[in-house]
Amino acid sequence: MAQHLSGLQMLTSNRLKSGDVLYRKGAGWVLTLAEGEVYATQAAADAALAAANAELVRNEFVSPYLFEVREKDGGIVPVKEREIIRAAGPTVHPHTGKQAGQYQ
Amino acid sequence: MLNPVMKSGPVEPNMYRYDEFDVKFVSERVEQFAGQVARRLSGALTEDQFKPLRLMNGLYLQLHAYMLRIAVPYGTLSSKQLRKLAHIARTYDKNFGHFTTRQNLQLNWIKLVDVPAILRELADVEMHCIQTSGNCIRNVTADQFAGATDEEIEDPRPLAEIIRQWSSLHPEFVFLARKFKIAVGAAPHDRAALQFHDMAVEIVRNAQGRVGYKVMAGGGMGRIPYIAHVMSEFVEREDILVYLEAVLRVYNQDSRRDNIHKQRIKILINAIGPEEMRRRVDREFQELKAMGTLQLPQDELDRITAYFAPPKFESGLSDTIPEAGADFANWVKTNISKHKAPGYAIATITLKTPGQVPGDATSEQMDVIADLMDAFSVGEVRVTHEQNLVLPHVRKKDLPVIFAKLKELDFAAPNAGLITDIIACPGLDYCDLANARSIPIAQNIARKFENLDRQHQIGELKIKISGCINACGHHHAGHIGILGVDKKGVEFYQLQLGGSSAEDASIGEIMGPGFTEHEIAGAVERVVNVYIAERKSGERFLDTYRRIGMEKFKAAAYETVAA
Amino acid sequence: MSKLLKSGAFAADPFTAAADDAALAEGPVLVSLARFQKEREGLLARNTALGVRLQSHENPESLGADVHHFALIALEFPKFRDGRAFSWARMLRTRLGYKGEIRAVGDFLYDQMNYQHRVGFDAWEVPDNFTVEQFARALTEMTDVYQPAADGKKTIRELRANR
Repeated sequence: MAQHLSGLQMLTSNRLKSGDVLYRKGAGWVLTLAEGEVYATQAAADAALAAANAELVRNEFVSPYLFEVREKDGGIVPVKEREIIRAAGPTVHPHTGKQAGQYQ
Repeated sequence: MLNPVMKSGPVEPNMYRYDEFDVKFVSERVEQFAGQVARRLSGALTEDQFKPLRLMNGLYLQLHAYMLRIAVPYGTLSSKQLRKLAHIARTYDKNFGHFTTRQNLQLNWIKLVDVPAILRELADVEMHCIQTSGNCIRNVTADQFAGATDEEIEDPRPLAEIIRQWSSLHPEFVFLARKFKIAVGAAPHDRAALQFHDMAVEIVRNAQGRVGYKVMAGGGMGRIPYIAHVMSEFVEREDILVYLEAVLRVYNQDSRRDNIHKQRIKILINAIGPEEMRRRVDREFQELKAMGTLQLPQDELDRITAYFAPPKFESGLSDTIPEAGADFANWVKTNISKHKAPGYAIATITLKTPGQVPGDATSEQMDVIADLMDAFSVGEVRVTHEQNLVLPHVRKKDLPVIFAKLKELDFAAPNAGLITDIIACPGLDYCDLANARSIPIAQNIARKFENLDRQHQIGELKIKISGCINACGHHHAGHIGILGVDKKGVEFYQLQLGGSSAEDASIGEIMGPGFTEHEIAGAVERVVNVYIAERKSGERFLDTYRRIGMEKFKAAAYETVAA
Repeated sequence: MSKLLKSGAFAADPFTAAADDAALAEGPVLVSLARFQKEREGLLARNTALGVRLQSHENPESLGADVHHFALIALEFPKFRDGRAFSWARMLRTRLGYKGEIRAVGDFLYDQMNYQHRVGFDAWEVPDNFTVEQFARALTEMTDVYQPAADGKKTIRELRANR
């Protein structure tokens, strides 16, 4: 697992049946990044990922992974472009995806 | 609301039609996948086990949702099929689809649980998603002008169909080291990028005038691009499947399996050398031929060829394209190609109106194109590997009406082969593998060069954009190729110059460090200006580059320009 | 653990697998290619059936003329994605004319069994909970085939011609 020097992380996956992007919150998943849980320590992030991996046998979601976020303008945003796009939707079709309130 | 096109009822083009065996094959395959989906949902299959199975039914898990890649064999569609694609996009997706660099159609917002139903609907119109992904033999592609151009030795599609059937669930080759892409061509002008395929067949005539097949292998884009090597200059018609099987067998046996980036056939041939590859292939070939079970008899070739018989062309038609205004005249300059029948033309519909997402069409647009196909193109359309469409058999006198309808669709850009006819992969907006966005770059460049006089001043210039090293945008074969990379979390775009996917195949040369998304269009413009300044009469961009090399282009591209 | 499926039914496995450095049990043994190459004389002199287990990178041609001495050739799938053994089985049945048991061992899927059967496998090492009904279903999910393989099954082209 990648060692993050400092910084906040979140956990994401895809819903198996629909492919929809999910964000971990507590012991469950939510549909938007804004509602998702932010892990302030590596230990908390690792524990969340471990818990998710143990739950793969439920066959509800797939491919959980951690990604970095940061605080910006009073909110939480991903560090990487890929996660920004994944959280919102395609930049070239702004009427589709979570940015348009559409969920799979 | 778009105006309805003159209705003439669905027309059935001459193309391969399923018989009861094909129907049962696809139908059983659908049920097989439905069973696999059920086993995945119940957990009887893990994701790791399910992944290759769903990939071999065209289903990827991408950035936002599942993506389904629907096979369009050798790029040929009937109006009935296109209407079904429009219906599926409307019913199960977000009302649009994307035509790809392998002549297929992709839908970006699919749910796994809907896929069995989608596959059943596709089967209703003799379509499927079999082997459009995965480490197996993929969709067989061919020249989009097949059956219409006067420069082909024969229509390459009957052979492409025979290869399609032979490769469908071939028991020995469904777990190859990597994907395997095959293309077929038959004309001196290569519109199918043969030399960049894992294997390609070119229909040729030998010194005795007999028609046979030149087989090439080891071409490919991706991380390390290669141009294919000739495996055999001439394979007899009856031996072609034996020869192709021999190549696949050597590949399956001898390819590396230890490093996913070194498992394409291009790596194998480069490692052992083309001569050794030919020797190994020839050994398998001789043995297989002696067994006699895979010969292709002439009557079978004739039987399949009959499906693709040319339509009944009208005689006595005027061979002059009517006058219909300046816009129409501009469109004719670039988007109309010579047809073998007098009075007819081949019309390219570029899905590249500046500002559009390259290669995308809405369900509504697809339905109207289906109407155009019925009214004016014997019910047939072709998908090109440059993400455009072609109406293959159009009467010249109908061109003005067709153009008017295309204008209503916003698909009338008069830019086929010009600088705004850009290939772009879906990129980071959609693709799980991408490092950078490519569609907005294409849109920006297209808008920058939108002025038609300037486009004609520039002439033929193929820009190809990939959002990662997998090169689905074919950037290695762009006259100007652009590769999106991620440098410390920021999107950068590297330029390559001098690539070509035509019969004069070449791999583009990397210029140097990348440009930001705000700089890249300007850099392209400076490169184009060097061409304009340096070109000799009759030279395309590609020709000038090949003559003068990289230096001046590079110097101009990296000039600092005030914003 | 696992059990042997042979010709569509479960069977007792007469072979004992022998590690490279282990003493050989009495009766039929299954050894690695490396061990066979090292102890060839001794192994061939034993008066019992002999089996060899090939890893996915081991080409059966390396057995040479000895191939016919084996009652069993086990072809390993180290990971189900590694499909080389499909070609090895095909080669054994055709070029090498091998008539003995070709057994699929290792990591392979139910969904690969039909393809394995077509290219010449006739035995499978399967998990304990695997059923013969599953095997029968695996072989019948797709009724017809487009291309000839080692199983000699009539192709769609032949069926078309015989209509």
